[in-house]
Amino acid sequence: MIDAIASLGRSSLNALVVFGRAFLFLLQVLASLDIVIRRFGLTVVQIYSVGVRSLLIIIVSGLFVGMVLGYQGYITLVNFGAAEALGGVVALSLVRELGPVVTALLFAGRAGSALTAELGLMKTTEQLSAMEMMAVNPYRRIFAPRFVAGFLSMPLLAAIFSAVGVMGGYIVGVGMLGVDSGAYFSQMQSVTDWNEDVLSGVIKSIVFGFVVTWIAVFQGFNAMPTSEGISRATTQTVVVSSLAILGLDFILTGLMFGAG
Amino acid sequence: MAEPVAEDSPHIVIENLRFRRGRKVVFEDLSMRIPRGQVTTVMGPSGSGKTTLLRLIGGQLRPDGGRIWVDGQEVARLSTRRLYALRKRMGMLFQSGALLTDLSVFENVAFPLREHTDLPEDVLRTLVLLKLEAVGLRSARDLDPASLSGGMARRVALARAIALDPDLIMYDEPFTGLDPITMGQIVTLIRRTNQSLGLTSVLVSHDVTEAMAISDHVVLIADGRAVDAGAPDDLRARASDWSAQFLEGRPDGPVPFHYPGDGYREDLLGVRERRDD
Ligand SMILES: Nc1ncnc2c1ncn2[C@@H]1O[C@H](COP(=O)(O)OP(=O)(O)OP(=O)(O)O)[C@@H](O)[C@H]1O
Ligand SMILES: [Mg+2]
Repeated sequence: MIDAIASLGRSSLNALVVFGRAFLFLLQVLASLDIVIRRFGLTVVQIYSVGVRSLLIIIVSGLFVGMVLGYQGYITLVNFGAAEALGGVVALSLVRELGPVVTALLFAGRAGSALTAELGLMKTTEQLSAMEMMAVNPYRRIFAPRFVAGFLSMPLLAAIFSAVGVMGGYIVGVGMLGVDSGAYFSQMQSVTDWNEDVLSGVIKSIVFGFVVTWIAVFQGFNAMPTSEGISRATTQTVVVSSLAILGLDFILTGLMFGAG
Repeated sequence: MAEPVAEDSPHIVIENLRFRRGRKVVFEDLSMRIPRGQVTTVMGPSGSGKTTLLRLIGGQLRPDGGRIWVDGQEVARLSTRRLYALRKRMGMLFQSGALLTDLSVFENVAFPLREHTDLPEDVLRTLVLLKLEAVGLRSARDLDPASLSGGMARRVALARAIALDPDLIMYDEPFTGLDPITMGQIVTLIRRTNQSLGLTSVLVSHDVTEAMAISDHVVLIADGRAVDAGAPDDLRARASDWSAQFLEGRPDGPVPFHYPGDGYREDLLGVRERRDD
């Protein structure tokens, strides 16, 4: 019994220590951000590997999610004789929720895990140490550009996801189920509000991008320098990011729509 | 702060260094001087803290007590900016080579130059090829670090370490895991680098023969202290208990074979004496 309490205490203390380290790490990275402006090339390379390389999975998933939405939305709406409202339903679900959330989950699996593994390996093979000894600050040269790249890529990927999803809904709803093409887009335009819907989705995707990249880069930095350590850190990135995304989504949705 | 340093003053001075890793005391009370412009080898058994010592000198770790001066500057007291300035004048060769795996051999050697200088591309190219030529790997410049052998990787790392023309270079176990020919090449390279660039070389090693052959000055460490120091020949002649054990490679002696811990018998029988920590 006492042992159980002690081990509970110990693991909560450990969790606090890790969180503290993650926070200090973030502060250090934020203090190194000037490099992003001074040598933007470093960040561009990372935007390519974090963002551009995630494009395919984002586009394909967006298309399928949009198509499923078109289907499900139609089945429900047609009962009420409101099938032409499909465009609005698809667009709202994507822009408000599915775009940011599914993109962030995919982003954590595709880009986050790759970032963690890359940085963990750099640490294990002493590349980060070697850099420090060459008087090159890894926070500036390595962490900050990756952080900014993830942070910038996420909202763009989410926007692409939503746009492709709208097209997926169009293919199913208009192309296959016979909803009127003009109604699909005009409905979409009339129910989607810029501030309320689009902007709130953008804010969500910015927050998710920040959190996922933070977790991924920190896990790589904090990994035990062994092959097992890297594999554990990579798993942790995906698990912790996914939970953080879903939890934060709830909180953000409450904040943005609850009060209004 | 950076007063002019006399030509004949030691390059590195370590006084009463104390350092702990968790509960394990790595250095108890370590003092040594590393003379300028010579090859000094720090020898000690595996786990005696040789790598740790190099990291302390490079300012990657902070001592728990005592002081380390490099070129008259106390490493642990330097601001980040001054520490980085000091490191630009230090080269370090890691045990594993630690090449940047996403860059080619050429770009690895060019890395410190690109980071710290604004040289035009053609000058940079010339410099890099010069350094690669010095280690005999000019033609391997387009290879990937992953496709290098251990010995080649170490030579590339050496080329990278001397890219900024440092005045101090530190080698961590430069001889381990090499065949006799490659070993000979590395020995020659270290010696030649030291002479032609006039820098101070610090080696950390447990390969007695090579290390004794290459050095002007040897320091033996054990139990967290420097137990003996001097020119290789003096050391061999003098041979305290400890040095004799180490230099002749006897398994047991003043340096115990066993990592300190519970008694063997207690461990096997599963009974454990209660210890006060
Ligand atoms: N990151 C670490 N965390 C905890 N203890 C460590 C760590 N690194 C090294 N140690 C401990 O510090 C001691 C000295 O390690 P160090 O790597 O400096 O030895 P070494 O002399 O270089 O050994 P070798 O010749 O095998 O390379 C060892 O006993 C080791 O257990
Ligand atoms: Mg070592």
